Amino acid sequence: MNINDLITQPTAWLPRSADDGGIVVSSRIRLARNLKDTAFPGWAGETESTRIWDNLQTILREAKALKHPFAVDMGDCSTLDRHILFERHLISRELAERKAGSGLLLRRDESLSVMVNEEDHVRMQALRPGLDLNGAWLEATTLDNELEQAVDFAFSPQLGYLTACPSNVGTGLRASVMLHVPGLVMVKEMNAVVKGMAKIGLAVRGLWGEGSEASGHLFQLSNQMTLGEAEEEIIANLEQIVLEIVEHEQNARWRLFEQNEAYLQDRIWRACGILEHARILNSKEALDLLSDLRLGINMGIVKQWPHRIVNDLLVQTQPGHLQKRQGRRLKPAERDVARATQVREQLTTMDGEAGQHDE
Amino acid sequence: MKCELCQEQEATIHLTQVVDGAVKKVHLCEACASQSGFDVHGPMSITDILLGLGHQDPPATAKPAAIKARDRSCPRCHLRRADFKKSGRLGCPDCYAAFADELEPLLRAMHRGDQHRGKVPAREQERVRTTRAVDSLQAQLEEAVRAERYEEAAQLRDAIQAARGADQEDTDAT
Repeated sequence: MNINDLITQPTAWLPRSADDGGIVVSSRIRLARNLKDTAFPGWAGETESTRIWDNLQTILREAKALKHPFAVDMGDCSTLDRHILFERHLISRELAERKAGSGLLLRRDESLSVMVNEEDHVRMQALRPGLDLNGAWLEATTLDNELEQAVDFAFSPQLGYLTACPSNVGTGLRASVMLHVPGLVMVKEMNAVVKGMAKIGLAVRGLWGEGSEASGHLFQLSNQMTLGEAEEEIIANLEQIVLEIVEHEQNARWRLFEQNEAYLQDRIWRACGILEHARILNSKEALDLLSDLRLGINMGIVKQWPHRIVNDLLVQTQPGHLQKRQGRRLKPAERDVARATQVREQLTTMDGEAGQHDE
Repeated sequence: MKCELCQEQEATIHLTQVVDGAVKKVHLCEACASQSGFDVHGPMSITDILLGLGHQDPPATAKPAAIKARDRSCPRCHLRRADFKKSGRLGCPDCYAAFADELEPLLRAMHRGDQHRGKVPAREQERVRTTRAVDSLQAQLEEAVRAERYEEAAQLRDAIQAARGADQEDTDAT
């Protein structure tokens, strides 16, 4: 397996169908762990990092939960392949910038992965489509149980799992969900929701994580506090808030539909028109239009395409994926042309497929 | 007191250093201090300032007293407090103990509580149980002493010692 095989398969975090109106795009659990009596990656020297990477890599390759994983050594990973892994939410910006002595182990279906020597020695990630934090937690904790038989993790009875940054200490758990909330943005209620989240200790970020803006009406919601509560409590709290936001979003959508149906229909169909015929699409425009199309499909207004088309396109139109498909580096202007072509072709190929793959 | 460098401004920064067992003091104004490469709000480099004043190189063994208190480091990984302030990241698991004083208010502000309530690695379960049992006995002991129930307090003290002893044997055995 190599990175070329990845780009042809659907990502682990994008759902095949949309039972809840597609509002919860995906769920993710991340667990941070460190080795006992060992300097954290940011403070360890190159020799020590390499030793840790070699040691953990050997153990992780045999991990049952990872099912013969695919390994990526950051020491010999091209810039383009780093982009691909980042766009598929498999590595963070931080790991993408690291060199030898760090890497990724990935279950071949991408649903479970481990970053070695990122901010912490071990960062496990379980990804599930839709709202399934418990399922993701179960995957991650099973892998964690397996790992702790092979290595001693840094742990204190008072502070729990010890991490490089004190903001992750305790459970080392970050539970997050990606939400698609065009309704709340259109009725101008999302800002209030974001403010409310900050008050109850939840972080709201854009599609590409820390520091990214929320384009395409996509937001990531996650817990910030990791110490003082059990994993199950953190997950249950987040899930409850997510269900409330889903309800708000559904209300907003139907309010828009009842009060201003012509506007909503016009916006969605315009998006379809541009996506089907444009010859140049920059990434922001593509994301915004795909968001409108996604809303149209999820509300049953647009019927000729399956739910998964937008999810696929969201990833396929990213710069790394476009360049990998073309097999060469593309200048920004060339990318915009390649993006428009990719969208047009996929919309044509999948026209009329709705219903066939959505069970 | 005037600044020792420019002899004009009032000295507002006073540094103390022990060189060859003798205490040396340097008095500077803020402008001269920052010109000498001394970050007023960050970790200080008294050596640079002393060099700038034309003094002889201080011996390598000299421990600047003022720096020592402000720039403590982790005994295992040698990360200094200043390194942590700069990056926001600790150097190794032992840093949590080395910088416990400054981490405590930080952790309290960041998190829901200051006691871990989540998952415990299988190999740590015994240690966690003992720690929790001792903590609980300790609280009871304090309560007993406050209420002047000394006989009960003595029993609790023995119970704590027994629990700690058992933990010690466990650790020795592994």
